[in-house]
Amino acid sequence: MARMKFICDAERCIECNGCVTACKNEHEVPWGVNRRRVVTLNDGVPGEKSISVACMHCSDAPCMAVCPVNCFYKTDEGVVLHDKDICIGCGYCSYACPFGAPQFPSQGTFGVRGKMDKCTFCAGGPEEHGTQAEFEKYGRNRLAEGKLPACAEMCSTKALLAGDGDVVADILRGRVVQRGKGAEVWGWGTAYGNQAKGA
Amino acid sequence: MKTAFIICSAALLVACGEKPQDTLGARSDKPAVSGTGVAAFTDPGWKAGDKDGWANHLKARASYGMNDHARAPK
Repeated sequence: MARMKFICDAERCIECNGCVTACKNEHEVPWGVNRRRVVTLNDGVPGEKSISVACMHCSDAPCMAVCPVNCFYKTDEGVVLHDKDICIGCGYCSYACPFGAPQFPSQGTFGVRGKMDKCTFCAGGPEEHGTQAEFEKYGRNRLAEGKLPACAEMCSTKALLAGDGDVVADILRGRVVQRGKGAEVWGWGTAYGNQAKGA
Repeated sequence: MKTAFIICSAALLVACGEKPQDTLGARSDKPAVSGTGVAAFTDPGWKAGDKDGWANHLKARASYGMNDHARAPK
């Protein structure tokens, strides 16, 4: 198996925010925290494009590099996760992340942010799998249930693809060949290296 | 006398110690293939611990669930 990856097919995304809702519901994410969001480029202009953005689980994750307490780790499948018991809420990861993935539950005075929260690729965190403690801190662990992330599985137009990198790349390649356009995979190059063309 | 000196020295030197910091960093996490142990939510047909089965299940979900070109009649 290759690494787990996300791709958002901008030719298909209709900005329905179904992925955002699926994520919120699956993990009971609190108000103010958006693990996933939909960004529209040239909004209102004919030909506008939307993409669904969350943590891309980068190959060489900048959040891991800058974390002063080393709370991040990477699973065998390449999913970047973090330990909320170690996070000090300094916010360095949010400055380093090119996708704006790290979220903080509060915006109190004197920089009190609370523990960082981000997309887990529905892979939970460093608690006993399937426990209430894991759910409350990190959300559902769908990967350990043999399922893929809820956002991608719920996507109505199948714009958002998640799973084994080889499989999702094959699916996108098939679409591009079929329709003859839309090979731009925004964020792919930033997250996974420059082999593929992308921002 | 000598024993008392050693005990006193040891007790005093304890304060000079430093707590080990090598425990910093994320705790180890079990691999996803180990499952959650919650049968109700586990994908049917896959048994926790079966790594190949797990990979095949994810591949099948992606291929069937996300690739509508493969599902649509030719």
